[in-house]
Amino acid sequence: MIPLLCRWLAACLLSLLPLSLANAQLSIEIVGGAAQTIPIAIVPFEAEGTWPIGITGIVGADLTRSGLFRLVDTAGVAPRPVRAQDVQAAFWRARSADAVVVGSMLPMPDGRAEVRFALVDVVKQAPLVQMTFTVTPQQFRITAHKISDVIYEKLTGDRGVFSTRIAYITKQGPRYQLLVADADGFGPQTIVSSNEPLLSPRWSPDGSRLAYVSFESRKPVVYVQSLDTGQRHAVANFRGSNSSPAWSPDGRKLAVTLTKDGGSQVYLMNPDGSGVTRVLTSQAIDTEAMFTPDGQSLVFTSDRGGTPQIYRASLLGGQVERLTFEGTYNVSPRPLPDGKGIVFVRRDGGRFQVATLDYATRQVQVLTQGPNDESPSVAPNGKLVIYASREGGHGILAAVSVDGRVKQRLVAPATDVREPAWGPFPRS
Amino acid sequence: MRNLLLVAFIAAALVGCSTTPTTEAPIEDQGAAGATAPGAGGAVTGGAQGGSVSGAQSGAGGLGADELRNPNSILSKRSIYFDFDSFVVKDDYRPLVEAHARYLQSHANARMTIQGNTDERGSREYNIALGQKRADAVKRMMTLLGARDNQIETVSFGEERPKNPGHDESAWAENRRDDILYAGE
Repeated sequence: MIPLLCRWLAACLLSLLPLSLANAQLSIEIVGGAAQTIPIAIVPFEAEGTWPIGITGIVGADLTRSGLFRLVDTAGVAPRPVRAQDVQAAFWRARSADAVVVGSMLPMPDGRAEVRFALVDVVKQAPLVQMTFTVTPQQFRITAHKISDVIYEKLTGDRGVFSTRIAYITKQGPRYQLLVADADGFGPQTIVSSNEPLLSPRWSPDGSRLAYVSFESRKPVVYVQSLDTGQRHAVANFRGSNSSPAWSPDGRKLAVTLTKDGGSQVYLMNPDGSGVTRVLTSQAIDTEAMFTPDGQSLVFTSDRGGTPQIYRASLLGGQVERLTFEGTYNVSPRPLPDGKGIVFVRRDGGRFQVATLDYATRQVQVLTQGPNDESPSVAPNGKLVIYASREGGHGILAAVSVDGRVKQRLVAPATDVREPAWGPFPRS
Repeated sequence: MRNLLLVAFIAAALVGCSTTPTTEAPIEDQGAAGATAPGAGGAVTGGAQGGSVSGAQSGAGGLGADELRNPNSILSKRSIYFDFDSFVVKDDYRPLVEAHARYLQSHANARMTIQGNTDERGSREYNIALGQKRADAVKRMMTLLGARDNQIETVSFGEERPKNPGHDESAWAENRRDDILYAGE
């Protein structure tokens, strides 16, 4: 079993060879898929071959990676359909497709491309959407993700997250880096690097800033850094430890854990570090606070009951309610964007697993097997959870759908990857 | 270079495989402590556009540094290890804690940081709170023994700075730890 696993692991690693090691780019593999996948044909766009990079390949990879689609072979289709009215429903039904994507990317005199695409439902025999973008080749990738988002939303009813970004921490030898990359792992950019640990990156709701914890002054200090200017400042650097930043939904407040008054307690502050006020008071550990989507409550981890459990506190009335009761270790609550529950980490025996809790039913659904799954972060559409895991003594990222069915692994060679944070929907 | 890195990585991954521990030890909920290599002030470079920061600490000089460094003095001993799931300072470490408390009492300008640490299991953020609790436990003992509150800052590294990078109980035992560091060291 173990030698087999190792051989498989080595094969996986070798398959990563063509990737850029210098950038430690994440590559994504799909581990499991949904029970029902939507068969979709993506016909290469007219004139796509004249450009250095295409669009349909990226769209196909996006949709496949979601686990909700499977690609229908388009080889040998002649003449190639380009517009919605070219799509012959019977032909594609015979190939078992439910939907067909067609389009063109014709060059313009100024060097840009006019990218047109149409999505056709061949079951209902109706075009679902047609769009045109005028973009430079440098914008092909983001345009492809936008097209993927549109297709995903039309066919599943949920907003797509292909245009979002993720932040994560890598450790390579003694070097820690905070990176931001596209949701498909492409184009990682270093935000900050340090010889001391970095932890807990958290996106501001508008995606313009990251809060995180740095140990560069030999203690945990909370920083906020602008992604536009790179400017950073320590916003919580009090006596003792400063950690666990979390943004309010309106971006006007940060919740942080401070020990300046003794014990780990939760405070609110402005994102510039001013206006520090204590919001919870206990004789126990209170930490890992996150705002609920309505901004009116915090969910947090506390050992006030003897073991670490998850609680919810109203910021208006101050009532505190315990949310988790099964087991002796329930931590790291992350509210779901629909306001109906949380994703969290539970320990079952010696295994740490990612799970969901529904507030109304108190039902816990375990999404991952463990044994070392931690630091979950929910995609802004509430459909996927990215988390940190371990494989062969090596930190990797993984993602799972909130129904537990679709699983992905995100690995970067020669690097420990951890602390993922899924960014918000892009500003449009 | 790239190939070298890759080969090293694969080798490391395979070694990791062959030594994967199969036993599951209990997890401590309440207080692991880890270890810290007292690092040099961390040089930090902002990425793409980030600024540059240095975290060196300046010391309160002229304190009986010799006494603190003399390997024959108990004051050179700086680590306090904790049992699984415990914040209790064991009797074995009482002389060590008493000696440092006396030192602080007799050197009013001396300043100390106690760094709490945990083993690697569980939430990183929760482990920061657990390490803090262990550091606070030693501080409380020292202040009861005559050190002044403002002489001691307690901080936590959580699971981030293990002394032993292993993934088994013997490694974890080394990592459930407080480290004592005087200002200027």
